[in-house]
Amino acid sequence: MPPSLFAEQLLNGLQFGLMLFLLAAGLTLVFGIMDMINLAHGSLYMIGAYLTATFVGLLGNFWLAVLLAVLGTALVGMLLELTVLRQLYRRDHLSQVLATFALILIINEGVRMIWGSQPLLLSAPEGLSGPVELLPGFSYSAYRLTLIGVGLLVALLLFWLVNRTRVGMWLRAGASNREMAQVMGVPIRPLFTLLFGVGAGLCAIAGAFLGPILAVQIGMGESILILAFVVIVIGGIGSIKGALVGSLLVGMVDTAGRAFLPLLLSQVAPPEVASNLGPALASILIYLLMAAVLFFRPQGLFPVRT
Amino acid sequence: MGGVIVLLLLLAFPPIASAAGLEFYQGLLTKIMIFALAASSLNLILGYGGMVSFGHAAYFGLGAYTAAILVREGVTSGWLIWALAVGLSALLAFFIGAISLRTRGVYFIMITLAFAQMIYYLVVSFKQYGGEDGLRARRPEFGLFELTDTALYYLTLGVLAGALYLLHRLVHSRFGRVLQAIRENESRALALGYPVYRFQLTAFVLAGAMAGLAGVLMAHHTQYASPHLLSWQQSGHLMMMVILGGVGQFWGGALGAAVLLLVEEVLQDLTIHWQLGVGLILLLIVFFAPKGLAGLWRRER
Repeated sequence: MPPSLFAEQLLNGLQFGLMLFLLAAGLTLVFGIMDMINLAHGSLYMIGAYLTATFVGLLGNFWLAVLLAVLGTALVGMLLELTVLRQLYRRDHLSQVLATFALILIINEGVRMIWGSQPLLLSAPEGLSGPVELLPGFSYSAYRLTLIGVGLLVALLLFWLVNRTRVGMWLRAGASNREMAQVMGVPIRPLFTLLFGVGAGLCAIAGAFLGPILAVQIGMGESILILAFVVIVIGGIGSIKGALVGSLLVGMVDTAGRAFLPLLLSQVAPPEVASNLGPALASILIYLLMAAVLFFRPQGLFPVRT
Repeated sequence: MGGVIVLLLLLAFPPIASAAGLEFYQGLLTKIMIFALAASSLNLILGYGGMVSFGHAAYFGLGAYTAAILVREGVTSGWLIWALAVGLSALLAFFIGAISLRTRGVYFIMITLAFAQMIYYLVVSFKQYGGEDGLRARRPEFGLFELTDTALYYLTLGVLAGALYLLHRLVHSRFGRVLQAIRENESRALALGYPVYRFQLTAFVLAGAMAGLAGVLMAHHTQYASPHLLSWQQSGHLMMMVILGGVGQFWGGALGAAVLLLVEEVLQDLTIHWQLGVGLILLLIVFFAPKGLAGLWRRER
């Protein structure tokens, strides 16, 4: 196997992992602090992508469009928290699953009403469409490289926010013991509205940047939502560090599986078996990873509550 | 008593429907009864056992695919297909349950989902069995009778009635009470000396087998095995039915299946944006009927 192919897949895995992290971060904090399952988290990712595509169409400037989409989605997220989600914190997991599943249906249909059923076209900014030569003889997509940069930057910002600021201190306190944090004067309610805004904004960033690579269409939030859940369960619910490690693991394993498993299988199995089983095993790989992690560490890799 | 009345009404429906030219509704009722069976099986572990399995569609879909594949491979006996499908679903449930039941709470939800996703991708990857497109499933032979739409209706009704009778006996037996005791307080049940894991696993396997049978009936009904039957949205759909009808209420699964499918049917006739209506109704249920519809009814009496 040529080393350049290996390096390319490594970077692809890193890129996908970092984008997953943007979704998983908000999800894990909500899950960890309020013990709340929010299936509608992926819908915010979809809204972010649709808003970006719309603003690009209106303004013609990708970066400005992303900024507006992030702000818009953050607003939607906070509005959702204030109107619906806030009522669900004290309810059991089943009610949360049902209510947020209902939200998925409502938001999907709402998007269909506004934008129609056809997927939207969103293309990467022009300057980034070509490849960049990283090393002599090894080029990599400039756009994907930008994604890695953005992902790392946002991840660093988030770590700074969680580990170095007062709001972050509150969040960490809430994640390890909500009742105690509340008694110690952490303003949990407004903190949560804010957290939903930030989480929604992060979703929008992922949606905006993945839009040109995947597709801007109804239901795009659901498939990635499952991955985000896998990530936070592997990482340990409520842990930002766990979300990062989980995201990178899932991103790498998924990308590597898709790239190399069919190749590997074709070496040892007859071609028709390999071509059938390769993609299946690649899709299954992350779920195997999750099952294995939970088998050995039922609380995930970085459990928050002790 | 209510159950007997419903049974009599369902028995009388096909001749009345064909006289009135409402054959379409016979098919709809068949579908509702199939989902009532699947949702009731989920309610056994979810409602009575407190095990929130997010992968119940795996057994449902496996049943349907077993039927479709066997018929395609030349197995024509319906009874043999039923036995194999139920056996395979039970086996899969045993395997998944044995591993998943080591975890609790949210982790249990996620690990059952993970296994169901594996089954989904595995089935979809077999191109010779349709892959993403699904697989046609001709109806098998049942020896004594030909499986017409009406025969399937009565067959489904018989299976559903039998299954509900068994479930009723089961949840009111010692086994059912222990299962509910485990749901209420697992450590206490353990301290009382009950083999908690074995009880939970038994219920899990029973539910899986029953969902597998529902899947076979679904394949007979639509004459088609779709990958969608295995999808996580389908697991969610089944869970919606149980929550909507009433978690741990005996009629919860059947009631939820009937109401959700009827609401979907009516809204689909009214508007292309029917999912918006379904979503709003589900949301209202969560806020105003936290114990589900069966709970609402119980409170009013």
